Amino acid sequence: MNEPIFEGLSLAEIREINAEMSHYENKTAVSIEALKIVQKHRRWVSDQCLIAVAELLDISPAQLEGVATFYNLIYRQPVGKTVIHYCNSVTCWMLGSDQVGESLCRHLNVELGEMSADGEYTVLPIVCLGACDHAPVVMVGNELKFDITEDAVNEILGR
Amino acid sequence: METLAKPLTKNIRPDRAFTTLADYESTGGYQGLRKALAELQPKDVQQWVKDAGLRGRGGAGFGTGLKWSLVPLDDLSQTRYLVANADEMEPGTFKDRMLLEQDPHQLIEGMIIAAYAIQAQKAYIFLRGEYHVAKFRLEQALLEAKSKGYLGEHILNSAFNLEIVLHTGAGRYICGEETALLNALEGKRATPRAKPPFPLVSGLWGKPTVVNNVETLCNVPHILHYGVEWYQGLARGVDKGTKLFGAGGRVKHPGLWELPMGTPIREIIEQHAGGMRDGYKLRGFLPGGASTDFLLPEHLDVVMDFEAVAKAGSRMGTGVIIVLDDKTCPVRMVLNLEQFFAQESCGWCTPCRDGLPWTVTLLKDIIAGKGRIEDLDTLAGLTRMLGPGNTFCALAPGAVEPLQSALKYFRADFERYIAMERA
Repeated sequence: MNEPIFEGLSLAEIREINAEMSHYENKTAVSIEALKIVQKHRRWVSDQCLIAVAELLDISPAQLEGVATFYNLIYRQPVGKTVIHYCNSVTCWMLGSDQVGESLCRHLNVELGEMSADGEYTVLPIVCLGACDHAPVVMVGNELKFDITEDAVNEILGR
Repeated sequence: METLAKPLTKNIRPDRAFTTLADYESTGGYQGLRKALAELQPKDVQQWVKDAGLRGRGGAGFGTGLKWSLVPLDDLSQTRYLVANADEMEPGTFKDRMLLEQDPHQLIEGMIIAAYAIQAQKAYIFLRGEYHVAKFRLEQALLEAKSKGYLGEHILNSAFNLEIVLHTGAGRYICGEETALLNALEGKRATPRAKPPFPLVSGLWGKPTVVNNVETLCNVPHILHYGVEWYQGLARGVDKGTKLFGAGGRVKHPGLWELPMGTPIREIIEQHAGGMRDGYKLRGFLPGGASTDFLLPEHLDVVMDFEAVAKAGSRMGTGVIIVLDDKTCPVRMVLNLEQFFAQESCGWCTPCRDGLPWTVTLLKDIIAGKGRIEDLDTLAGLTRMLGPGNTFCALAPGAVEPLQSALKYFRADFERYIAMERA
């Protein structure tokens, strides 16, 4: 069977997105999974990819853009190889998350959301990560790190 | 008997390891399901859960058996769905993560029984995108359950079939609201839907759908296995069963504990959490997450029951307490909370979209020394305008709970900022 080629997506991405379709009633339902698949391969979702995914799912690019910009974990701008999310919700805030965020940005010489000069990192705030008994916490890539101190920030950044 | 006193956490180990299928079965796992499928009709299962008195553990406390009984079962050929709400994102709450990561089969068994009770053949787990460990372990557990015949066609040689799909979200607090969750699951922006129709009648893709919280579903296998009377006997208060209670903030030992419903808040904070850290005093607390009203040390003897906490002027919510110490400014704490809610508002209805950022602006001005005493009236007015009945969903009414109670209990702190500017 010939698989359609959508300009802007790799065959691997298209296969993974199509595989998700079996779990849902219609193609639209795969929107979020599809954007996450693109991100797994490319770290972020470019305009070109967004349009290609919309075409694959038979929805308008505007509708998909509405979805993409709604969710915190879909990036519509380039991000570093590792995204560091620091929790800034109430318990972490009480125990010093502002300092954690500032420290991460200072060490990397970036603003929030910006990519470090070497392309390695992006720092973003995130809502409660559900580990308040170990506040303040950060999520480095997919990994949760507990009880963050200034030393821990250095360790995370490998310095 | 330890096992029977703490059914939800009996398999939870200090090393936070994964409970495999074999481990789970060795402590009575999947016995509740066996009983349900072999001996009980769907309506009987609903009745057991209703009689047990299980109320939803996501925050609202709706009767679980009652919810199930509202699903139309007259046309058995109709598609029905069960959804496990694993989108834990209430600030200060960390209970479902433990259940998902460390005993995923408990959730899966609860889901199979719940699906049987409402005759759903397809179920979804709506998991927070940030819960990566939980995702990995649920995937493993689902495979194990399928290979052992607990999922799929003719479960345990019965006529019942069920498929469970794990869906991971992309992060937004509003996804925890059940109709917003359904929109997210349909691949749309997670805006809440108008009710009625309720999801029980018209939910996912317009089909009858039950959405239950993770902890709620985790109670179900034990009710079936050990019985209604045993379950009712677990509690110390009016509400039934046990619950995961917790405390975070400047307490000596932040954590989670499975305790009987009706446990006094004082016991949770002073005994289980070890009281305040040295050098800190208890100023107040949010009993069940960011969207609950502040209570004061004078409320420590209130028990964790839905009505008891409501009578004290707050909500039990998720049952995980956020502790305010005497060195944290309550005005700044409320600013942090309102910033969260303003950011996470879906923007669908005007009071929430415009009102929450307004509270943030006023609070920032007050803290910056640019506040006026009239601002406190404006804030109080906003808590009413964003209250129940004025918005599409419960986000804004929840958001103003800590604000309205802070204005009541910590008014002097607000006034001090305003007076500072005058001086």
